[in-house]
This record gives sequence, C-alpha cells and structure tokens, in this order.
Amino acid sequence: MSELIISCEAVREVEALCDEFHNDPGELIAILHAVQNKLGYLPEEVQRVIARKLGIPASKVYGVVTFYSFFSMTPKGRNPVSVCLGTACYVRGSDKVLEEFKRVLGIEVGETTPDGRFSLDCLRCVGACGLAPVATIGEKVYGRLNPSDIKKIVAEFED
Amino acid sequence: MENLINLTIDNRPVSVPKGTTVLDAAASVGIDIPALCHLNLKGTCVRNAPASCRICVVEVQGRRNLAPSCATQVMEGMVVKTNSARVIRARKTVAELILSDHPNDCLTCPKCGDCELQALVTRFNIREMPFQGEQSSRKKEHTVSITRNMDKCILCRRCESVCNNVQTVGVLGAVRRGFDTTIAPTFDRMFKDTDCTYCGQCVAVCPTGALTERDNTDRLLDDLCDPDKVVIAQPAPAVRVALGEEFGYASGTIVTGKLATSLRRLGFDYVFDTDFGADLTIMEEGSEILARLKAFLGGDKTVKLPIMTSCCPAWVNFYEHNYPDLLDYPSTAKSPAQMFGAIAKTYWAQKMGIPREKLVVVSIMPCLAKKFECEREEFKVDGNPDVDYSISTRELARLIKRSNIDFRCLEDTDFDKPLGESSGAAAIFGATGGVMEAALRTVYEVYTGKTLPRLEFTEVRGLDGIKEATIDLAGFPLKVCVAHTLGNARYLMDKLRAGELDYHVVEVMACPAGCIDGGGQPYHHGDVEIIKARAKAIYAEDAGKPIRKSHENPDIQKLYREFLGAPLSERSHHLLHTRYFDKSLK
Repeated sequence: MSELIISCEAVREVEALCDEFHNDPGELIAILHAVQNKLGYLPEEVQRVIARKLGIPASKVYGVVTFYSFFSMTPKGRNPVSVCLGTACYVRGSDKVLEEFKRVLGIEVGETTPDGRFSLDCLRCVGACGLAPVATIGEKVYGRLNPSDIKKIVAEFED
Repeated sequence: MENLINLTIDNRPVSVPKGTTVLDAAASVGIDIPALCHLNLKGTCVRNAPASCRICVVEVQGRRNLAPSCATQVMEGMVVKTNSARVIRARKTVAELILSDHPNDCLTCPKCGDCELQALVTRFNIREMPFQGEQSSRKKEHTVSITRNMDKCILCRRCESVCNNVQTVGVLGAVRRGFDTTIAPTFDRMFKDTDCTYCGQCVAVCPTGALTERDNTDRLLDDLCDPDKVVIAQPAPAVRVALGEEFGYASGTIVTGKLATSLRRLGFDYVFDTDFGADLTIMEEGSEILARLKAFLGGDKTVKLPIMTSCCPAWVNFYEHNYPDLLDYPSTAKSPAQMFGAIAKTYWAQKMGIPREKLVVVSIMPCLAKKFECEREEFKVDGNPDVDYSISTRELARLIKRSNIDFRCLEDTDFDKPLGESSGAAAIFGATGGVMEAALRTVYEVYTGKTLPRLEFTEVRGLDGIKEATIDLAGFPLKVCVAHTLGNARYLMDKLRAGELDYHVVEVMACPAGCIDGGGQPYHHGDVEIIKARAKAIYAEDAGKPIRKSHENPDIQKLYREFLGAPLSERSHHLLHTRYFDKSLK
C-alpha cells in the first residue's frame, strides 16, 4: 500500500477543488489540472480522493492521469527542466540536448532527481522557434543550446 | 409493428425495430458478421460496445469509410454489404494488424481452442503474418484465482466493462496511451493489492488468453495418484448443467450422472456433492433468518435486518472491501462448499477413521473466487484447509479429456452417501434467486408448521437484476429481495447504509444470472441463450428430485442427530459459521 504522504490540509484542498466543479465526473480533466496546479503533482491518495468525490472508480482517474503526459504522479523538482521537441527545435538537434540533460542529471524524462532539485520533461514549442533549440528551467528560457552548454547551465542552479 | 426500419443486407430485405444495430439486424436474417470486442448478453447488463477492434466492419452504400456494424444503427433504405471483396480484405487486414502485436504461442496458450481471436484467424483464412513490429511486454501475474498475461490482450475492453459497469468493482482500466496502452489494475498494482473480488467475470468475457483461471489440474493429478491420500470430490450445482457443453452436448443438458461417473474414473476415492453442503447451508442460514426475525418481532431494536446470504465468495470479498461498517448484516453461515469441507474433515473423517492430513477435499466449482475462498485462514485448522483447493468446470473438462475418458459413453451413477444426498432446493443454488427460494421452502415450513401449498417461488427466478417478493408467513409479510451482479449489490448496500433498505432477507450472487454464468464455467462467447438454457436445466434438476426441501434430506437429519445436535448449536457455530473482516484499502 502507498504511504500517506499528503497532509489532511491538502486533502481538504483537493476536496474543495472538486466541490468547485460540482463534483461532476465530466469535469475530471479540469479538476486534475486545478489539483496539479495546486500540489505540483497527482499522487495516488489524491487520485483516490478525487475518485471518491466524483463517485467514479480510481481506475478511471488513473487511466486519465496516465493518458495525458501533462499530468504527473511524481513531484516536480524545484527547477523543472523542459526541453522543446517541437519541429523547429528538433531539426536543430534538441534530441541531443535532451540526451545531455538526461546524462548530466542522471534521470529519464518524467523523473525527478533524488535531491529534488531538478525534474526533466519535454514539451512541444514554447513559441521561441527563432532561438531553437530551446529549453526552459523554471521560468527561464535558454536558446541556441548546444549539448556542451548543459553542464554549465545546470551548475547555475546548484543550491 | 410500428417503427420498423427497412434495409437491405447482402441483397436480402430486412425489417427490424428502430435502434437496432446493423450487426443484430444481419443476425436476424442469418448473416453472422464476425465481431471481437463486441459483447452483449441480452437481458442482462453485460455489454461492451467500444467499436474499437474494427473486425465487424461492413460497407454501407453512400458512405466513404467502412462502418463498424456493432455501433452503426440501421436507417431506412440502407444498403449494406457484409461480404464484398473490400470488406473481406479489410477485415483480414485488421486481424493481421492485431496479430502483429500478439504472442505467437497458440500451441501452448491456455485459451487454445477457446480463443475468439484464434477462431477469427481460422475463419479469415490467415495463413501468414504479414506485419512484423514491436511486441508489447507487460507485467504478468498469477493470483490464486486469476492469471493475467496482458501480452495477449487485444484491448477489447470487455474486462474493463464488466469490472466497472457490471460489477462496479472498478479495478481494471485502460492506462497510458498509444502503443503503451494496457489494461491494468488501478495504479498498476497486483490484483492482490486492490479491491478485486476474484469474481472472474473478466475471465468469463476475455476473448483471448490474457485473463484465464489459475490451473490446479496438475496438483489434482498428483493427489489422485498418491496412494497415501484419500481424495474426495464435491461438485457445485451449476457444474452439472454446463459441463456437458465441453463434450458436445447442447447447452442446458443435465449430466449429473455422467459427472459422478467421470469423477470416479479420474480416481476420486469418494464422489460426494456440494448440494449436500447447500442443504446444510439452508438449515443453518434458515435458522439464522428465523432467529433474527423472531428477535425483530419480539421488539429487539438491535437486530440486523435484512439478513444477507453469504454463499458467494466474490460477494463476501466485495462487502469486506467496500462495506466494513455493515459486516453484521450478512449471515454468518459459511458457503456450501466450505460447510461440506468442514463436515467431511470432522464428522465423516472420524466415521471413516481417516486422519485429517491424509484427506484431500477438492471442490469442482463454476467459480474462480472459490479458489481464493479455499485459501482463507479462517477456513483452515492448523494450516490444513477444510477444502484443499478448487478446480473450475473448465479445468474438470480438460482433466477428463486428458485422462482418456470418453464422457459421452459414460453410464450414469449416483453420488456416494452420506455426503452425496441432496434435495431439489440445493440444486437451484446455482441460479440467481435459488438460495432465496431454497431458504423460503424451509423457513416457511419451520415458521408456520404448515406444508407449502406451492414449492416454486417464481417471483425470485429470472434475469431481472433486482427481484423482490413478499411472502405471507402466517400473516407476517416477509419482504425479500434478490440481486445478481455486484453493481446491483452495491445499489442495495448503498441504500442499506443510508437506512433506506426495507427488506427482511436479501440474496446476492456476484455473477450475472448466478453461478451458472460463473467465471469458471465453459465460455459462453456472448451467447445469452446458453445461460438461459443452464438456468432452465437447474430448475428441471430440482423438479426431478424426490426430495425438494433441505430439511427433508434424510442424511442432513442424520448429521444433526448424530453429530451437530441442532442448527446454530455450539458445534454448528464452530464448524459451519464464520466471521468477516474489514479489508478496505486504507
């Protein structure tokens, strides 16, 4: 069984968000968005709370969470890395940039470093195609990336 | 008839009611369109129509794309072709694409010979695999009841439909997307870490070998060959009206006599009958009903009503998982199979001078949850289970074939005595409403002291999901309710929790139509007529019995005289009653 890692207060927040959407099963995706915005991720217990509030099986909630890559069941790092794999970035070598991030951070896409400092994701287009290939770390955008830059950039975030 | 729609299918005129699918319209004129994901047990709530496999596509004049006939409703003037070259080729390609991500191990697959995909491959004349590609590799799991090998899954979603919509257990669901999509228990757990009740309905509807039963036949063969062991059999009521199907008999053929003979030929030392346990269940549960009623009528406000049946092991799992606050309502009576085991390993073993550890009790069940029930700690004495293990109707059929027994040529024999004697009331335990009817026959006569004018309680028979009746018990209106499928059970339990359930006795069976459509029965492949024929046979078996009330079974009477004393006696409580546990996921 999963350990309880979210607080009673978080449970109440999730329940309140479900109430805002009138506990309507048709609003499941919107509710998942709202909850992830609030908590940063969607752990098992949270999905169970949502399932109970909406009166649907937890298997349905889990099915939706795993279907959309936007939803995450692991907490994001303090510095979430997103590498753009949109067409413009991809043709300019963002796949190699992504590989270098994986190597330097020692994690796969969708994972978080054990110290919680970084998490790694990919996305499609941040609207900065002129700077391709692009990656974002938190709110900061890095353009014209070369795999050899990655180590130095990551070092900026050592805390 | 009003609202008839006229169309043409394969140049034949067809008239069907509005709302009919092209698939059903074609079937009504003898055109058998192949389908795979589609499932509709008409008259029950078992239905799956995602139109995802595209095997059943047909050509509709004026429509550019081929249409899935399972999800396309008839329209006036429609012209449909189900066997044009375009359709036949497209259908074959669809099957070939499904095969491109399917293990190529039919020869050793547990579903070989009963697989709907395999049947289509034969039917479509597929003789090579033109598409080679990546193969899925997914988690496998062997539970005590169900074996899961999702590499063989074709994503038809039938199991998901029964688990969620019919049973409302909500364990199985589609996870992830694209090529990585799989059907898995919630949070990719193992069945044992979920609310799975092991009802086995996912197995009953799986078209391929993705979900099958845990096979105990090799274990049984070993025991049957062991000269130090005394192996005894107890087949459930629903087995004898379905086993014949595995040997070419029409569905609904009663093969009780051949069943007993085949078990003897297999080498069982004694061939008894779970029906004996069913009669015993009625004695205990019936007495419990009467005791609670009398307390209630005497003004006892604490008495728990309705009393609910407790024969069905998937139903027991269901309330232990979902209704831990209501565990005082179900009867404490063990299931017939477990009562049989408890008596066989005490009363009978002592009589015969057989030590407990040498005695092997094997139940033959229409059910997969029974395998789990055998493993319950509370049904063991010093680690030795009252019922050692359970095999399904399908497993028995396989074992008979493997042992060179020509089932059709077998003579009829009777079950051994004393644990093989039974009444017609026990015979009907296999159909929804049967336990209630059997209980009413005894409760009425014991309560009123009068003979029942009419034995049949037809109000509680049939496929309606929830049936209710009021029985006149010498002026007291006894309100009873019968539910099958766990979805209907959930409806009743939620009402009970809300304090809105106004019955005295409730029967629940987890499987649609009861044990006759259990997860261990010969596959129905979506044909509800098979299940109806089994139900008819169950009631014919009852009607043909000289004794039709449990309390009139002479060997049951003798068991009470010689050993138990009376129903609900201290010894009965010790051997024949159980308790329930809070198993809700925290």
